[in-house]
Amino acid sequence: MTRSAALWLVLGGIGYAILPWYLVEGLSPLSAKWWASYPFGNAGSGLFLGWSGDRWWLGPTFLPLLVGAALLVRGGRRPEDGRWLTWIGAAGLVWMVIAGFAIDHRNWTIDLFAEWFGPEKQAGMGYGAFATALAFLMVLAHGLAARGFCRSDAFVVSAIALVLGLVLLFVFFPIAQILVSAVEDNNGHFAPGIFFVKFFDRSVWGLDCVYSNLRCGVAWNTLFLAVVVGVGTTVLGLAFALIALRTRFQAKGVLRALTILPIITPPFVIGLALILLFGRSGAVTGLLFEWFDVPRTRWIYGFTGVFIAQMLAFTPIAFLVLIGVVQGISPSLEEASQTLRASRWTTFRTVSLPLMRPGLANAFLLGFVESMADFGNPLVLGGNYEVLSTKIFFAVVGAAHDQSRAAVLSIVLLTFTLGAFYAQYRWLGNRSYTTVTGKGDSGLPVPMPKRMAWLCYGTAIPWAMFTAVIYVVILVGGFVKTMGRDYTPTLQHYITGFGIEQTSRGLYFAGSAWDSLWTTIKVAAVAAPLTAIVGLLTAYLLARQRFVGKRSFEFITMLSFAIPGTVVGVSYILAFNVPPIEITGTGLILVICFIFRNMPVGVRAGIATMSQIDRSLDEASLTLGARSFTTVRRVILPLLRPAVVASLVYAFVRAMTAVSAIIFLVSAQYNMATAYIVGRVEAGEFGLAIAYSSVLIVVMLLAILVIQLLVGERRLGRRTAAAPVLQAAGG
Amino acid sequence: MTKPAAAVEFRSVTKRYGPVTAVNAVSFVIDPGTLVTLLGPSGCGKTTTLRLIAGLELASEGQILIGQRDVTKLSAADRDVSMVFQSYALFPHMTVAENVAYGPSVSGTPKAEAQAMAAEKLALVGLSGLEKRLPSELSGGQQQRVAVARALVLEPQVLLFDEPLSNLDAKLRRRVRDDIRELQQKLNLTVAYVTHDQEEALAVSDRIIVMSNAAIAQTGRPRDLYEAPNSVFVADFIGDANLLAAELLTRQGDLGRIRLGGLEITLPHRNVSTGAIRLAVRPESVLLDQRSPPGAIEGRITKAAYLGTHMEYTVASPVGDLFSIDHRTGAPYAVGTTVWITLAAHGAVVVPNA
Ligand SMILES: Nc1ncnc2c1ncn2[C@@H]1O[C@H](COP(=O)(O)OP(=O)(O)OP(=O)(O)O)[C@@H](O)[C@H]1O
Ligand SMILES: [Mg+2]
Repeated sequence: MTRSAALWLVLGGIGYAILPWYLVEGLSPLSAKWWASYPFGNAGSGLFLGWSGDRWWLGPTFLPLLVGAALLVRGGRRPEDGRWLTWIGAAGLVWMVIAGFAIDHRNWTIDLFAEWFGPEKQAGMGYGAFATALAFLMVLAHGLAARGFCRSDAFVVSAIALVLGLVLLFVFFPIAQILVSAVEDNNGHFAPGIFFVKFFDRSVWGLDCVYSNLRCGVAWNTLFLAVVVGVGTTVLGLAFALIALRTRFQAKGVLRALTILPIITPPFVIGLALILLFGRSGAVTGLLFEWFDVPRTRWIYGFTGVFIAQMLAFTPIAFLVLIGVVQGISPSLEEASQTLRASRWTTFRTVSLPLMRPGLANAFLLGFVESMADFGNPLVLGGNYEVLSTKIFFAVVGAAHDQSRAAVLSIVLLTFTLGAFYAQYRWLGNRSYTTVTGKGDSGLPVPMPKRMAWLCYGTAIPWAMFTAVIYVVILVGGFVKTMGRDYTPTLQHYITGFGIEQTSRGLYFAGSAWDSLWTTIKVAAVAAPLTAIVGLLTAYLLARQRFVGKRSFEFITMLSFAIPGTVVGVSYILAFNVPPIEITGTGLILVICFIFRNMPVGVRAGIATMSQIDRSLDEASLTLGARSFTTVRRVILPLLRPAVVASLVYAFVRAMTAVSAIIFLVSAQYNMATAYIVGRVEAGEFGLAIAYSSVLIVVMLLAILVIQLLVGERRLGRRTAAAPVLQAAGG
Repeated sequence: MTKPAAAVEFRSVTKRYGPVTAVNAVSFVIDPGTLVTLLGPSGCGKTTTLRLIAGLELASEGQILIGQRDVTKLSAADRDVSMVFQSYALFPHMTVAENVAYGPSVSGTPKAEAQAMAAEKLALVGLSGLEKRLPSELSGGQQQRVAVARALVLEPQVLLFDEPLSNLDAKLRRRVRDDIRELQQKLNLTVAYVTHDQEEALAVSDRIIVMSNAAIAQTGRPRDLYEAPNSVFVADFIGDANLLAAELLTRQGDLGRIRLGGLEITLPHRNVSTGAIRLAVRPESVLLDQRSPPGAIEGRITKAAYLGTHMEYTVASPVGDLFSIDHRTGAPYAVGTTVWITLAAHGAVVVPNA
């Protein structure tokens, strides 16, 4: 047996025999009460609880550990170790899963067992259970490695097992819970009939708006919005990409800034700015009323408002995708067309556009999915135009509190986004668009035909100016009394939110926003490195290792990209509110949520960078006696710096700006900035909300600087000045 | 070198990638302290064989032994084998010294000692003074030597080279190949060397393993392969050969009488049964003459090329088109000239398994 396998066995033993098995709420090992319930009470270890008969189902876990102990005592390395380790890990895990899910905080989860064995209950997993489960998983991995999996590389097998285990637990299991609770009534009894009633409800699929002036079903609303936004962002994004690459447009730097800014803007802030401009008492509305007597209306609330906000928020994503696509079209193809006497317009229509088609489809699907998943904008601007994400939210937190309805709506939403994701994966994933090669393509890009150019300018420039106005509003809005009514400069909003008072006992953070800001920064700072680690580790496995089922593994890890935040939020409440994993209301659940929502970007960035690093570097390191782990640390990681920066920045920024998932998961103790801001918007305190948003943007800019300083540049020497540059990982 | 060199043994090793069999039931032994070349056309499984020795791939079937020890299931890091890669695979973010010291330093050798080991090996390959440079600041030949120094630093039992010279120009290639051979002999290393350049293989090897289609076609000393190829493939692959249809008339002891067109010659029959056989004739053994010696075959020059040291002719004859090399460049035959063909005493061989 290898040393690390032995260490994991020992950890398993400690987890089972010494650490408190269950989660002990409100008690710390420093308190006397804790010691009173150790080792036989609530804070007891698995060994004592299991064999004292108190929690007898913990007993059998001992068996595989005993076998492990026997192996440890015997020592040495033998060929049959692999088989034993595999058995120990698998048996331990299987039993822990069975025992964990068979009993919850109330009773047996299967009624029949309650009759047979009498009532039992248990709390959520604590340190002991967690350590033991992890140890079993790692022992299993070491066993498989000893049997020749992945070229006998224990690190690789362990990494695969770990990533797979985590993804199954924190992506798949919650989604499965949604499916389960969709066919249950609100008391947890199996009731498939209810599913059909709720699924085919008129409020979901009704088509009343087609033939009467009643409202259509929420599913159609969502779908319609998503299609329109998908088309709109793709067209605008293409216009921008063409301007940036195919015209002699001067202010390209401005274009870049306008594409970066929305990434660090919490999504609903745009909606907020729209309200401040066009709401009933908005700045523009006020001007129109005073100058032209246009009556103040609430036109911005509803489809129009949400559409405009989403266009503003998601066009940059389409732009980032399409700029790569337009760049990838080899100019020599267009030149070839022109030498065949095609006019510029014909060339564009018959050569350039068809080559862009996969890219356009990709951009459309991204816009489509983003629109479906968006929660903040419909929440602040939706008015009577309901979409699935907000409807799900109100099903959970609203007066009705109908969890199974939330589950059913989640399934509808999930079907749409997964369908789009699957289409993209199957249909576009394998098709490589012409990529930029290292070889200089000496051709010159053909300038756009005049008509196209004017069309692009005509759509893009007003849009860019509009975006600029929005950001001016965000900047200025926090410093005036009330946008639209009273432009007296004031610091009042900042003082309310971020006031600091000098008291006799030192500084006192009196502002109402401090708590949520600190929590947000802390959670983001914890989540970002973990996200980057999991993402890059997955990327390493996908880019550098061969194993059975790799394609499915890839699909699974990218899947969380396609799950809308609202659905994640609902599924986390359903899955992690009860044993065996009971973590709702903690900071941990926020961190975990962010890790698995944002990890796909780390994966993509990692794969992109790693595929540019010669594989024989790893192999050279291996043949020099370095293990995979050392190789990763000393060779791959230093060369991966750009991807590290990209995934850290993205993870941090997304953790600070996310709203849809965490709005379900925040608690009084762990409130997040975005949830707080949404609350202020709902209360009509726009000034504070906008001030807080500006602060968030500044914090994120600072964080990006810090990350870049900490991670540093990679040093490759002067001849490789043209080292591979990481594509902006915006998607 | 403190450790004795180790033998490498393959026992019926197979490597499959899904449906592709890259190495098929291959067995061979590389004796300690020898340089063995794996030679063969592209895609025949040379690199795969080398990677199997290194532990970068694990065998699907069979057994691999290094120095009597079964290493079949050991990963690369656990085998005492180093490799020089075709692309050199120098770590671009480390200096030359850091690159060479990488092996000892990851295995826990104190820094100063690791650096001393690196300096020693850099001196051995003649690169002292360049320690502080990054790989990107070296010439191709220098990078190659850094890669060799890095592979040598752990004094491995076995050293592997995968086409180490393919990135160098022809002149440099000849020099570096001699350096590698000298180093191997000086340090008494066991070396497996992959190339598809047969001249390189003949020049440096103690033995050559010729591979074809994932299997071994023949192994032997360079001279054996050249002078006694045991298949048409090997005869054709090692050096140039005219492969001619002939007839074995009678066998007497080890020798046989063979008729080739109008010529009758005596050659070792190599256990081929009488009847139609294949004869491999090296181009320098095809002698051309304008007078007609007894029993010569008549031919006509169809192509002639001047290559400085020799002439190359293609001669049409009743036994087929012959390729011939003639070192008399003074008065070459013109195209269309009628010539008489005989065979030299050496350089023609019966090919079994034709
Ligand atoms: N990872 C892989 N997956 C599938 N097939 C592979 C893989 N690696 C190699 N092969 C196949 O195995 C065969 C042998 O490959 P190998 O790299 O050993 O050839 P080689 O003799 O080194 O050729 P070359 O001289 O071109 O380098 C080839 O047919 C190749 O396509
Ligand atoms: Mg090769």
